[in-house]
Amino acid sequence: MKRLAILILSLAGMGLAHAEGHNKMAVPDNVKWKTECGSCHIAYPPKLLTADNWRKLMGGLNKHFGANAELDAKDNQDILAFLERNAGSGERYSAASLRITDTPWFRREHREVSPNEWVHPQVKSRSNCSACHQNVARNIWSERDIRMPGGRRMGDDDDD
Amino acid sequence: MTVKKLCITLMLLAGPSAAMAETPKDILSAYSAEAGSGYVPSAERGKSLFLKDWGVSKDMPNCAACHTKDINASGKHVTTGKTIEPLAPAANPERFTSAKKVAKWFKRNCNDVIGRECTAAEKADFIQFAIKGGKA
Repeated sequence: MKRLAILILSLAGMGLAHAEGHNKMAVPDNVKWKTECGSCHIAYPPKLLTADNWRKLMGGLNKHFGANAELDAKDNQDILAFLERNAGSGERYSAASLRITDTPWFRREHREVSPNEWVHPQVKSRSNCSACHQNVARNIWSERDIRMPGGRRMGDDDDD
Repeated sequence: MTVKKLCITLMLLAGPSAAMAETPKDILSAYSAEAGSGYVPSAERGKSLFLKDWGVSKDMPNCAACHTKDINASGKHVTTGKTIEPLAPAANPERFTSAKKVAKWFKRNCNDVIGRECTAAEKADFIQFAIKGGKA
């Protein structure tokens, strides 16, 4: 019996250990955030916007970048609290447009991506992380896991 | 921990979703009742609602913009490109099994595509159409 319990615990643990991996995109598991924010696009790591940005974004879900993404009040509050707890801080993670892709951090990280690559049909939108980051579903963002739609790979530099 | 205790614990963990499971027919009945006593949902009207060009959104003129015209097929979000599982319960058993989730998506999508919330009658018609697997 004890063995079964240990097996169950370790199975549950593996998911966490894997997600924590090696990078700062790691976030504590939160089912509501992952399900709700991950239903039209991947659930973007909370660290990539400031708490103030998240508050504004969650306050305008009825007009969410061209789509209605309204949540009921309770779910909205719960998710916002999670985002605030895990938000980034400073100008690097802030954008007046509330788009992660407009933050100084994102622009710098993606400076090597060419205009042609951004408009590639398989990319389509800057919000489509998994077009190049092959393992975002497992929250792995390492440069080693990047494959551009044209097949180009990035160097083996460490993430910053 | 005894086997019995462990089983109870596991059941409690798995329990809530199983206990609250709703079926497409339950959700259809609830919207039909809301539409008025004796309301008979129509798959034919559900199909028209689904295929009509509403002329409200440039990117999402109709439901098919993301869901395709075949409710048994997977769709693709027109902005983000994310895969959307089929709408027909026969093709996707998870569809219409949570009243809360159904209400959330009708509210969002009707506002985006039609420019207003859908009526209970429209929702019942659409679910009827989906349950019938796209056959009006």
